[in-house]
Amino acid sequence: MNPANYLYLSAILFSLGAVGVLVRRNAIVMFMCVELMLNACNLAFVSFSRINGNLDGQVIAFFVMVVAAAEVVVGLAIIMTIFRTRRSASVDEANLLKY
Amino acid sequence: MSTFPWLLALLIVPLIGAAIVMFLPKNSPALAKQFGLVVSLIVFALTVGMALQFVTAQAADFQFTQSFSWIPAFGVNFSLGVDGIALVLIAMAACLVPVVMLAGWNDVDGSQGSVRGYVALMLVLEAAIVGVFAATDLFLFYVFFEAMLVPVYFLIGRYGGPRRNYAAVKFLLYSLFGGLLMLASLIGLYVVSARMTGVGTFDFTTLAHLNIDPDTQKWLFLGFFIAFAIKAPLVPFHTWLPDAAAESTPGTAVLLVGVLDKVGTFGMLRYCLELFPDASRWATPVVIALAVVGIIYGALVAIGQSDIKRLIAYTSVSHFGFIALGIFVMTSRGQSGSALYMVNHGFSTAALFLIAGFLISRRGSRLIEDFGGVQKVAPILAGTFLVAGLSSLALPGLSSFVSEFLVLVGTFERYRWIGVVATLGIVLAALYILLMYQRTMTGPTPDEVGERVTDLRGREVLAIAPILVIIVVLGFYPQPVLDVINPAIDRVMHAVNASNPAPEVAPVAEGTQP
Amino acid sequence: MSPFSGALAPAAGEISAAAATGTFTQMWLLIALPLLGAAILLLLGRRTNAWGHWVGVLMSLGSFAIAVSIFLKMMQESGGNRAFTQHLFQWISVGSFQVPFDLRIDQLSMVFVLLITGVGTLIHIYSVSYMSHDRERRRFFGYLNLFVAAMLLLVLADNYLVLYVGWEGVGLASYLLIGFWFYKETAAVAAKKAFVVNRVGDVGLSVAVMLMFVTFGSVTFEGVLASAPKASQTSLTLIGLALLLAACGKSAQFPLQSWLLDAMEGPTPVSALIHAATMVTAGVYLIARSNAIFNAAPTAQTAVIIIGAITLIMGAIIGCAKDDIKKALAGSTMSQIGYMVLAAGLGPIGYVFAIFHLLTHGFFKATMFLGAGSVMHGMNDQVNMRRFGALRTVMVVTTVTFFAGYLAILGIPPFAGFYSKDKIIESAFAHSTLVGLVTLVGAAITAFYMTRLVAMTFLGKARWPDDAHPHESPAMMMIPVSILAVLSTVSGFLLLHNNWIVNWLEPVVGFEEPVLGFNVNILQYGTLAIVLISAALGYVLYARRPVPQVAPVGSLLTQAARADLYGDAVNEAVFMRPGQYLTRFLVWFDNKVVDGAVNGSAALLGGLSGRARRTQNGFARSYALTMLGGAALVIVALVLVRL
Repeated sequence: MNPANYLYLSAILFSLGAVGVLVRRNAIVMFMCVELMLNACNLAFVSFSRINGNLDGQVIAFFVMVVAAAEVVVGLAIIMTIFRTRRSASVDEANLLKY
Repeated sequence: MSTFPWLLALLIVPLIGAAIVMFLPKNSPALAKQFGLVVSLIVFALTVGMALQFVTAQAADFQFTQSFSWIPAFGVNFSLGVDGIALVLIAMAACLVPVVMLAGWNDVDGSQGSVRGYVALMLVLEAAIVGVFAATDLFLFYVFFEAMLVPVYFLIGRYGGPRRNYAAVKFLLYSLFGGLLMLASLIGLYVVSARMTGVGTFDFTTLAHLNIDPDTQKWLFLGFFIAFAIKAPLVPFHTWLPDAAAESTPGTAVLLVGVLDKVGTFGMLRYCLELFPDASRWATPVVIALAVVGIIYGALVAIGQSDIKRLIAYTSVSHFGFIALGIFVMTSRGQSGSALYMVNHGFSTAALFLIAGFLISRRGSRLIEDFGGVQKVAPILAGTFLVAGLSSLALPGLSSFVSEFLVLVGTFERYRWIGVVATLGIVLAALYILLMYQRTMTGPTPDEVGERVTDLRGREVLAIAPILVIIVVLGFYPQPVLDVINPAIDRVMHAVNASNPAPEVAPVAEGTQP
Repeated sequence: MSPFSGALAPAAGEISAAAATGTFTQMWLLIALPLLGAAILLLLGRRTNAWGHWVGVLMSLGSFAIAVSIFLKMMQESGGNRAFTQHLFQWISVGSFQVPFDLRIDQLSMVFVLLITGVGTLIHIYSVSYMSHDRERRRFFGYLNLFVAAMLLLVLADNYLVLYVGWEGVGLASYLLIGFWFYKETAAVAAKKAFVVNRVGDVGLSVAVMLMFVTFGSVTFEGVLASAPKASQTSLTLIGLALLLAACGKSAQFPLQSWLLDAMEGPTPVSALIHAATMVTAGVYLIARSNAIFNAAPTAQTAVIIIGAITLIMGAIIGCAKDDIKKALAGSTMSQIGYMVLAAGLGPIGYVFAIFHLLTHGFFKATMFLGAGSVMHGMNDQVNMRRFGALRTVMVVTTVTFFAGYLAILGIPPFAGFYSKDKIIESAFAHSTLVGLVTLVGAAITAFYMTRLVAMTFLGKARWPDDAHPHESPAMMMIPVSILAVLSTVSGFLLLHNNWIVNWLEPVVGFEEPVLGFNVNILQYGTLAIVLISAALGYVLYARRPVPQVAPVGSLLTQAARADLYGDAVNEAVFMRPGQYLTRFLVWFDNKVVDGAVNGSAALLGGLSGRARRTQNGFARSYALTMLGGAALVIVALVLVRL
């Protein structure tokens, strides 16, 4: 199969994730969309690794996974706290850090 | 010359004192004040000891020199040394700090900041002042120049009046602005020295002997000069001074206006003139114009003030005009007069601010219109205030007269009309002091004044008396100070390649040398 | 007459002096004693209240005793060798600017020292009684002693800068004494005015000293005056005019005369000592001392004559219209000093007589001021002459002594003023007829207003307020006045006897016999006749006719004279008002424009960043959109660059 197709898929997934972040208000959904974008990147890295025949892309994909895991840990904790205090997970209402 | 490290001691003793003060128990402010006073008296004693060791015959050279390598990569040394001018300024500062501590004994008791913090900041400031006058390495000078801002910022911002934050920030921003310009020039100077000698240096004596290209000098001069003009302050860079002086405690105001601002004029005399002689001569017309405008303008604005402390601050603007004028007329009378003026102005302004502080704290108002007839209820207070005021208006027989007259003579020698215009300043000086005296001290006594204003107490008299004694003694016998200043002035005059104009008629041979 | 005087011999005074030895080394004590007195009284404060005034008297008396001993010693020296200097210490030394703190006593300073300490001591004694009801008598004596010390320093200085110290020192003492009753607003304002106007004169003295230094390279009397003929005409004229400005300030000459009338707010002994006998004559001393400069600068001399003439007439006119006895006397003082200044402007024919008149005036004007004080003492501090009248009946001693002063100022022989004023009129006519006529007119007006003054006060009918019980003052006051009255009577004759004053002063100030185009006797009788006619007119108008208790409106000239010939109005319109507007404008300018620029730039920066931070709106999704847009921009840029 043409490895370029994986790249197309990756681009589609990334776009879906980006649109999701932009249009959805629920923090959990936004968070999942961010994960989608990260995994789209991972797919692209792995594809490039395959195309170029070296392991660099795969190594970076592992890094991304690790970072994503760390992000989930911190991010979900924050979202949980916000939800507990405000009874809502809408990001538009949590705008105290403006200006 | 003895090998005792006088200058290093002067630098370290107040710093150690400040550190110890911070470890004193929090709940006994009196202990912190007593300790601070003792430390400042030790510093004063050390200064007297140093002054006695000073060799007057070699007052043009740096004495008590010490040098340690600090940042060898940039040729920065921790070098200290004093010539005659620096010596008298350090002596003045060391004399004023204990006076200020004693006079402002209760000034910070009710404020939000802690008393020991106040004492510690004062001592840190004293160390920075000693450092800035004693540094013979330009980088070190710059470090102390900026380091002075820190304690003053907190002294104004934490212990001042109602608009202290505004005043403190204004002071800091103004000074930083000037300081950064100076830093740029300093780096430029380093680069120039590296190009000309192969090895970059910040050593003052080496730099003073470089013959820098006149065009380069102009740019470097401007950086230094603007920093000093803000510090001094010259019109139109003066507006931070009234705010800072009015909002700070009297003690801080004394150190700020009486001592700190002298760094500006001291810097002009030592650094601008000696490092950039060509540029200094190039800038002379502008500086003299600013100075004369400052003399008249400061005095006129002072006359129109309704706040005692702001009025005193504006009189200083006028006096700094005199000092800058004397420096830039390039005659030995003018420059010696200016150097002496720096000392005298320190004492007379200190007396004015402190006594005004006593008055204001009793009445609880800074406005002139809230006073009247104080002489009836507080004759000693009024009498000391009058003496301080007379010194400020340069009454002959008090110290400021000698220096002001020297500046005027020095100016007149070279620029007749400017001398005459500057002389008009003495009329305005009489007006601003005596109007203030008339409105606050004479006339009928309002009830509030009669009830609240009491005469000076023992501690206050003890604090103010030494200054007044110095004012009178230096008025009649300034020669020891002049003897120390004159050789250093000759060095400056030589560096700027200036000579005194000769009189019209050759004086009769009566032991007078030109 | 000295053999050196005459048309060919140099008329200028000699300035060389020998170092003091023997008695003359005590000259520093002259100043030190009263200074010590002032220090004791002012520094020890209330502790000395009980005996402080006697310290003041004693110090002044001690100074007088020393002055007399020095004077007697000086009499034994020969004419050219009577000048002595004493080096105290080096005051200022910067390169060639050498100012030693030296004292100098010669014939000129000697007469001043005797006048200051002598009259000063008498007035000290008078004040002990006059001020006895004042709770702050001690402070008064402290200031008086300070004044005596400063005035002695002024006349004993050996260079212009030390003279300057005394010059401003007396100004300070005058300030303190005018404002002695500081709780009165008027006194405080008058004191400040006196100091500030004097400061304008001091600018003149400053400039003169600076000019001397740039011209001669020295500020000592010897360095300046000995080389004066060598300097250029321009420099000498400028120095002369600057010195004249200084003299105008201190001696209340036009255009700086306005402070003297207000200065009467001070206690009356002060008016007698400072504002009549001594301090206000310092300007005359300055001109006489600087005779070498004025002799070589005819333009400056002319200016001196003009100023003297204007003031002489002005003061006399003001004296005619004042109802306040002290102000009338103050106008008279102005006028009489105008005589002295005019005489000093005449050159070598006038210096000696200027000083001569200064001495006699010191005596008779002090007599009259102290007499006025005695009247006020008896009349509950009333000063309005329209409420006096017929006081001769209750205050006999005061009346007699006052009349001695009155006859002296009129120039009736053999009273002192006759000798001194006549000599000035004579010299003025020798100079030019116009100047002579001015002095003559002045003498006539003087006779009129002085007659008006004594008539309204001592003659006529009583117009006393109901609560007034006029009585003679105590002996402690009247004995000094009597001594002064005797001096007013005999001093003129004694001083001019055998031409003593001329021979005495000539070595210092020079002398030339005034040469008249006509017989001196005509002038003397003519003057006397004019004075008597004028006095008779005054007598008829103010002693024979009833004096209204409320001043009539009067002619335009009377109104002008009452308003001090609009001197204050002019000052107010030309200097004060514009000055106030200027300071107000500058305060506004400083706050709004200079500081406004500073605060404005801060506000501008703050405003800009305030706008900029609005983009941080807190919506996570808009941040994300910005990031996306940014990323897109970067990609586009990369693609474009690649292409």
